[in-house]
Amino acid sequence: MAAVAARELRDGEVVFVGIGLPNLACNLARATHAPNLVLIYESGAVGAGPERLPVSIGDPALVTGSLMVCGMADVFQLFLQNGRIEVGFLGGAQVDRYGNINTTVIGPYERPAVRLPGSGGAAEIAVHAQRTLIVAKLSPRAFPARVDFVTSPGQRCGERSRRELGMPGAGPVKVITDKAILEADPATGEMVLAALYPGVTADEVQQGVGWPLSRRPRLAAVAAPTEAFARPPRAPARRHVRRCLLRAAS
Amino acid sequence: MRDAVSRFVHDGDTVVIEGFTHLICFAAGHEIIRQRRRDLTLARLTPDLIYDQMIAAGCARKLVFSWAGNPGVGSLHAFRRAVEGKSRGGLEIEEYSHFGMVARFSAGAARLPFWPLRNYMGTDLPTANPRIRSVMCPYTGEALATVPALNPGVTIVHAQRADRGGNTQMWGLVGVQKEAAFASERVIVVVEELVDEQVIRSDPNRTVIPGVIVSGVVLEPWGAHPSYAQGYYDRDNDFYVAWESISRDPDKLARYLDEFVYDVPDRAGYMEKQPHLAVRLKAKERLSRGVNYGF
Repeated sequence: MAAVAARELRDGEVVFVGIGLPNLACNLARATHAPNLVLIYESGAVGAGPERLPVSIGDPALVTGSLMVCGMADVFQLFLQNGRIEVGFLGGAQVDRYGNINTTVIGPYERPAVRLPGSGGAAEIAVHAQRTLIVAKLSPRAFPARVDFVTSPGQRCGERSRRELGMPGAGPVKVITDKAILEADPATGEMVLAALYPGVTADEVQQGVGWPLSRRPRLAAVAAPTEAFARPPRAPARRHVRRCLLRAAS
Repeated sequence: MRDAVSRFVHDGDTVVIEGFTHLICFAAGHEIIRQRRRDLTLARLTPDLIYDQMIAAGCARKLVFSWAGNPGVGSLHAFRRAVEGKSRGGLEIEEYSHFGMVARFSAGAARLPFWPLRNYMGTDLPTANPRIRSVMCPYTGEALATVPALNPGVTIVHAQRADRGGNTQMWGLVGVQKEAAFASERVIVVVEELVDEQVIRSDPNRTVIPGVIVSGVVLEPWGAHPSYAQGYYDRDNDFYVAWESISRDPDKLARYLDEFVYDVPDRAGYMEKQPHLAVRLKAKERLSRGVNYGF
């Protein structure tokens, strides 16, 4: 999943990084095909180049050698609300048909069966990032037709589209799972099956999704990770970064 | 620390111990637990282990927050037991997103009644928390979300260094501490090192909290453990992982509080119990180049 997510990132993009798998994917992309990825963490590290894989989004290694460290008011106002974030990563306990995400409660809000951590920065990333990528493992519990609570808005909220609601970003364009990639249908906003991992059938994917899954007319095949991707990232490709910078300067 | 908490933290106060992963003042939280403060409204973006401990110790009536998990690990179980109705007493909650909490401190610091932000469309957060409202922009007609100012009774900030006048310098992740401090009635600064005023004056751009808004300064080395202080000590990720099993079991949690909070007199006592910490977590040196402030 991390390798598939990493491939979605283009070199030089500005990415808002969350902890867990997105963090792994971004650092993997930076160590391989996208050395000039600009990683922004909600903790305030901008242009981070961590020398160890950060355990949390507030890891001290994100500060050491970063391009800028700013306060969180700046992160949310000057970077995110300003429209400077090109890609945002989101995950969650539940993802629904329109890419709405729940990280707040399972069950009713007032009397939850399971209390989850809440939004953190996810609600505003879902509103403002130019596009978002959702990363989650397929299962009927994790992919209900409707989430118990909308923490982070997807493509449609009730009957209304993102544009009608005044959201600047394009919202979740892809859902990267452990078996397939779903994509937002531009007309309906619904998440539809777009690509399958090697050896996975469309029926298997349907079993992990709680709504009748539409399919793209022609399904793509997700390539297996190359050897470079399969290896965990070690030191960042510093030399390559420097070469690119020199080229930019000359 | 004992004097600072007894003078500036009162039963029923709104208390903010800020710091995003970095510079979270556990020493102050532990002292508040030891002094058995009650009915506190605890506010923070990420309640973290320290508010989980304060909730378990019975200090909190209410929690105001935006992400209540154990960063990089999982759940805060004392918090979850309280909210899921599985512990006595219960806990009132008031929930925002990070941007919402940052905006609340910004409004409080600027002494405005609210702060506008382009956010919350399509989410259930305003239903869950009716204090998230909206206003029509008088210039464009756009509907903007609003959050109310947060003006704590006391904000406690941990930092690398300050002078005796409370002029406080920090580096690394600075979170929302400046806004929280300016929004607060009283500010306690807790530092790794007390330095001469000349040290502060040699690098004024690094000052985040000016002495004029500070009520008290406490020297408390290692006061942020198991959080960290950039350039002084690393985050104790092993303890954050261990908290999962400690907090999951109320008896184990109670034993932890007895051993590491109630039965030690202060932070020095806490560190003496765990001499290996200072060895394992001491930061490596990565000095900045410094700048010329001359004219």
